[in-house]
Amino acid sequence: MNFSDRVWVELALMSYVMGFGYSVYSLVADKFLTPRMTFWAICAGFLFTNVFLFQRGHAIGRCPITNSFEVLVFMTWSMVLIYLVIGSGYRLSLMGAFTAPVASILLFFAVALSPGEPVARKIAVNPWLEAHTSFSMVACGAFALACIAGAMFLIQEQQLKTRQPSSIFFRLPPITELSVANSRLLWLGFILFTVGIGTGFLIGGRINWIQAAWSILVWGVYGGIIIARIRHAVAAKWVAALSIIAFSLLLSTFWGIQFISDRPSF
Amino acid sequence: MNIFCFGISHQTANVDVRERFAIPDSALGDSLARLAKIPGIQEGVLLSTCNRTEFYVVTPDSQLAVELVFRNFYGAVGVAELEHIFRLPALHSVRHLFRVAAGLESMVLGETEIFGQVKRAYEAATLSGTTGKVLNRLFQRAFHVGKHVRSTTAVSRGSVSVGSVAVDLAQQIFGDLAGRKIMILGAGETSEKTAWGFKAKGARQLFVSNRSFEKAAALAAAIGGRAIKFSDWETEFRDLDILVSSTSAPHTIVTRAKLEPVLRTRRERPLFIIDLAIPRDVDPVVHEMDGVYVYDLDSLQAIAARSLEARKREADSCDGLIEKHVTEFESWLNQIVVGRLAPEAIEYPGALSPK
Repeated sequence: MNFSDRVWVELALMSYVMGFGYSVYSLVADKFLTPRMTFWAICAGFLFTNVFLFQRGHAIGRCPITNSFEVLVFMTWSMVLIYLVIGSGYRLSLMGAFTAPVASILLFFAVALSPGEPVARKIAVNPWLEAHTSFSMVACGAFALACIAGAMFLIQEQQLKTRQPSSIFFRLPPITELSVANSRLLWLGFILFTVGIGTGFLIGGRINWIQAAWSILVWGVYGGIIIARIRHAVAAKWVAALSIIAFSLLLSTFWGIQFISDRPSF
Repeated sequence: MNIFCFGISHQTANVDVRERFAIPDSALGDSLARLAKIPGIQEGVLLSTCNRTEFYVVTPDSQLAVELVFRNFYGAVGVAELEHIFRLPALHSVRHLFRVAAGLESMVLGETEIFGQVKRAYEAATLSGTTGKVLNRLFQRAFHVGKHVRSTTAVSRGSVSVGSVAVDLAQQIFGDLAGRKIMILGAGETSEKTAWGFKAKGARQLFVSNRSFEKAAALAAAIGGRAIKFSDWETEFRDLDILVSSTSAPHTIVTRAKLEPVLRTRRERPLFIIDLAIPRDVDPVVHEMDGVYVYDLDSLQAIAARSLEARKREADSCDGLIEKHVTEFESWLNQIVVGRLAPEAIEYPGALSPK
């Protein structure tokens, strides 16, 4: 077991848990604590995952997405990367408060359920495979953030409809901005996922039809949500709810697909 | 050498008395010049707002200073008026200024306007050359304390009036209000205040409609909006983001049946309706429609009341913070003042003692 690089993931997990814990304390105690703490905890976690990905990539000589452990770490890294890129416009503290627990859960499963040993790949690096997995993982990061924006939207909606806004209401971004963020993240994820699927067919060799079918199912679900949004067939709150359901579906089926598939990538 | 604060405030005097002691902004420079000429006054800052007129001075003889200042500024002060004047010696005046800057002595607890007023008072005194080492340090410390209290406690959080609650809610729905279309339906007092609240927060597209077109035109002119005839308000409804309604109609004028076709064309834009009318202008079932949020007077007042209660609870926790800063200031003062500050008795007017 390569402990030296796995420890970075554990440190990242600790950072995200601390960021989440700090946000929960701030909200539950209704304290006016500095919101930057959560942000810096997430930055620290991101830094640790960067170090892990660099070391692991260097060790195996390719993009470190070769097993479930690495895939989850990469997915978390992608999500936090997108959060850091778009976060500043959406009040860092609470977007962070919602991002930190999702990152914690993903890394917890990575650490707890996956072996984590670097697999010495004998095969030559296939750029299409690298592109396929990378695009797919970053897309999953965008879907994760869309799920977070959707959850925040539903909280705001609930607070407005009950007419009893609590302190969290005034610390979350405006509901209109959350709706826009949710929509943009869905689009971003969908485009990246489409590119990921497209490059998957260029890998060559035997196609893993179980994985292909699963990928197309996920693509279809998100495509359906986007079409429903474009056509205004459903209200914004249902799009938000569907973002959460779709990402939950993606995460929960991901393990099954990994288990029954002999290829570790998508 | 002592720091000393005296004057009147909303806690010690009603508006009739405060008016007599108020010093307008235009006279502030001359007043500071006069203050500097009073024998025994080594440093001075004059804070005059609608709720308080306070003198912060550094003087070796505080009792004499009060008499000389009042004689110089207000001529003959009657016994009845003297009863409204509070005098805070030494660290009590330091604590008082810190509390004033933090909004803890304000009529509306935690309001933020006073911070700017204290800042302007200090800047005016600095320009007039009436501040020195002690008051410079005191006021700069007060600004730090004011910011510290507001940023680390919830004493300024939430809105405590119906109008400002409505504006806050609108910002939490739409974010920037500059591009939002807002209609004021009925030109009553509360809706007028709410319209000003929207204007203050950057709203640019304000429309006013009223049964009396003259009233609508007057309000529209005042807030920089556009007046529309009452018969035409429904045609403008399609593009609205926010409706502030306070007509005297005896029945609901916004119903589910009226809104349904409008909402179909609005895509995903939410609609925020503030119903300030009694009886209500908006059918309550409208609130159940997707993307529509209706707040009536009761719901807005309930939010304002909760905010005020929360501020009051938070005010107690501010005392510890303030005391820490008072102690720090005392340590600094002891280093520069020969001898400790004299433990003088606080003199409050009657039973209306400021905290």
